[in-house]
Amino acid sequence: MTTPLLSLQGLTKAYPGVVANDQVSFDIGEGEVHALLGENGAGKSTLVKMIYGLVKPDSGTMLLRGQAFAPPEPRAARADGIAMVFQHFSLFDALNVAENIALGMENPPPMGDLASRIREVSETYGLPLDPFRIVGDLSAGERQRVEIIRCLLQDPKLLIMDEPTSVLTPQEVDILFETLNKLRSEGTSILYISHKLEEIRTLCDHATILRLGQNVGECIPAETSARDMAEMMVGSTLQTPERSGREFGEVALDVSGLSVPSPSEFGTALKNVHMTVRKGEVLGIGGVAGNGQDELLGVLSGEIPTAADAIKFNGQAIGKKGPTARRKLGVLTAPEERLGHAAAPDMSLTENALLTGSVREGLESNGFLKWNETKGFAEKIIEEFDVRTPGPENAARSLSGGNLQKFVIGREVLQNPDVLVVNQPTWGVDAAAAASIRQAILDLAAKGTAVVCISQDLDELMEISDSFAALNEGRLSAPRTTIGLTVDEIGLMMGGAHGMEVAHV
Amino acid sequence: MDLGEINPVLLVASLMVAATPLLLAAIGELVVEKAGVLNLGVEGMMIIGAISGFAISVETGSPWLGFIAAAIGGAILSLLFVLLTQVALANQVASGLALTLFGLGFSALLGQSYVGVKPPSMGEINIPFISDIPVIGPILFQHDPILYLGIALIAAVWAVLKYTRIGLILRAVGENHDAAHALGYKVIKIRIMAIMFGGACAGLGGAYISLIRVPQWTEGMTAGVGWIALALVVFASWKPWRVLLGAYLFGGITVLQLNLQAAGVAIPVEYLAMSPYIITILVLVILSADKSSAPASLGRIFHASH
Repeated sequence: MTTPLLSLQGLTKAYPGVVANDQVSFDIGEGEVHALLGENGAGKSTLVKMIYGLVKPDSGTMLLRGQAFAPPEPRAARADGIAMVFQHFSLFDALNVAENIALGMENPPPMGDLASRIREVSETYGLPLDPFRIVGDLSAGERQRVEIIRCLLQDPKLLIMDEPTSVLTPQEVDILFETLNKLRSEGTSILYISHKLEEIRTLCDHATILRLGQNVGECIPAETSARDMAEMMVGSTLQTPERSGREFGEVALDVSGLSVPSPSEFGTALKNVHMTVRKGEVLGIGGVAGNGQDELLGVLSGEIPTAADAIKFNGQAIGKKGPTARRKLGVLTAPEERLGHAAAPDMSLTENALLTGSVREGLESNGFLKWNETKGFAEKIIEEFDVRTPGPENAARSLSGGNLQKFVIGREVLQNPDVLVVNQPTWGVDAAAAASIRQAILDLAAKGTAVVCISQDLDELMEISDSFAALNEGRLSAPRTTIGLTVDEIGLMMGGAHGMEVAHV
Repeated sequence: MDLGEINPVLLVASLMVAATPLLLAAIGELVVEKAGVLNLGVEGMMIIGAISGFAISVETGSPWLGFIAAAIGGAILSLLFVLLTQVALANQVASGLALTLFGLGFSALLGQSYVGVKPPSMGEINIPFISDIPVIGPILFQHDPILYLGIALIAAVWAVLKYTRIGLILRAVGENHDAAHALGYKVIKIRIMAIMFGGACAGLGGAYISLIRVPQWTEGMTAGVGWIALALVVFASWKPWRVLLGAYLFGGITVLQLNLQAAGVAIPVEYLAMSPYIITILVLVILSADKSSAPASLGRIFHASH
């Protein structure tokens, strides 16, 4: 048997109160694409941070080509040929592409030479990039190219990719896979972290599955069904949300000719957005992050005022109304960012329940708060949505991401909205909790609520939405019925490949 | 009223002197803010620099040693800010305000025996022939060395930030400290160096007031120049040459309005006195209307585990 490129033996890392990795061992062979699978919080990120030298293991050893390998810092790992593309991009918005790349290199050549090398490598791998553009102006896919090229310029032996496709359109994913296959054929090993099973089945040679910090199994992805892998990840059988056939009522939410500039510097302006949602219908809005999702949510919630006629609720113009006035009418929203937007991190769950629930649940009178009723409302959310917390007096910050997400979605669902707008309802939530959130959204729609679900998870949108539209650079495509829609068509609605091309060497 | 009494050559020469304390403090703070730290203690570091520079040059008789002591004094006071914000992770705004209050009080204590003392003079650089050229000579070539050091510092900071690797790393740390940390750069270490550089520059600026511009020691003699420096960095859009422009504009109008007061112009003194602040801020606000913006991590506390 040949020596593996990287061999992990009994890696353990504990943080106060939680063991992130417990005796994890596996090997990555030369020229192998190795998948690391697991739920959020399974310890994938901690594991790769140890390989990349950002975190030191408490115990256990790593062998690189048979030699002991314990990088004290990322520099050392890079010097040994380990490169990493981060999940949350480690890029600097105000600097240009070449400067960003230079920062990730040990001994960068002068800027002029570096720029021509960037052009050369980016052409070779079908990832065209202008070295002098400011990174803050790039799309998510282009930003990822910057990271990948930063790694490729160092001729890595092992390329670590942390959830690389979560920000890409299907066409961009195909091109990325071409690039990765080319790298593999050149002998580069890739450690590929994802929870998207179909991707892993097409790309990876070998998979290791982590659950709660432990290695719970290995498999050959091409020979294992996605469902089996999912159940290994979760450790129990999965329930698919049920969608009952239902009739749609009249139009509840009507958006027409909506154009607004973005409130933030690197945001995306909405351009002439049209959509209608009928009672009982779930409209799924896909698209790569940063194409106007936050702005659309802001406009629908009332945080960004707009022309009165641009948004109509049951025929009534509400474009100029603020969030509280809209809540009174029955238009409710749950934004993406849990800590800081959907919930106030340092306030208790009771207080958070009051913040959006006071109008519809009658939790205040003459300016005084009704704490008993509010506590009752918070307890009802906790019970009906299975939020795991000792009680409603706990701060929102103390809940795990998935539990808080169940709370903020439950808080809106229980207020019986006529229109509910959610952005990334299951972002960072484990599979079981995600299924229950989706089920709650479907149940709500079955009762006649018009739902707008903005999400980057296409599988989720296919699962729950009746019609689908995509946001691309602030423009919304014409909605189409979900049934019968193919991945290629969705990809084109999302804007295709943003000028990428397949590797051509 | 006799505007003819105002000598344009002297006016320009003295505006450069008036602008130098502001320029020194502002270029130091620019580097600090480029590294993502907001140090509101500039005024405190300046006044500490003013008294330590004054005291040392009186005791040793050497203005050069005085300026060196001023830079060290400012840097040492900035270490207090380092301790609070980089080690104890305290709020930067509150820590900076504390630094200013502490500096003002402590300098008054240190300076009690120096009130009314006259410091040794630094003298001007007099290069034969070029400093005798009419108009240009007195404007450009008859100043003290620290004034030239200030201009050289502007050029050096600009070049380092734009062309060198250390400048790139500094900007990266100020732009996104989490990403810089993930790439393996020592965020805290780089910030400490920047804060100390800022302290040293502020100290030099303070000593320039007490040793050259005034020259004597009085309590609170920096009179808000540190705060103007902070505003100048923001309105100069964190660009070194604009700091120079803003400082000279401010110095120029300060000197001009003093001349106008002396010439007896029929504008109330209060309006003349406020004019440097208003005009400098107006001009820089108009200039900063372009896209450039603050370093994205400015004022945010960095902790490796977050």
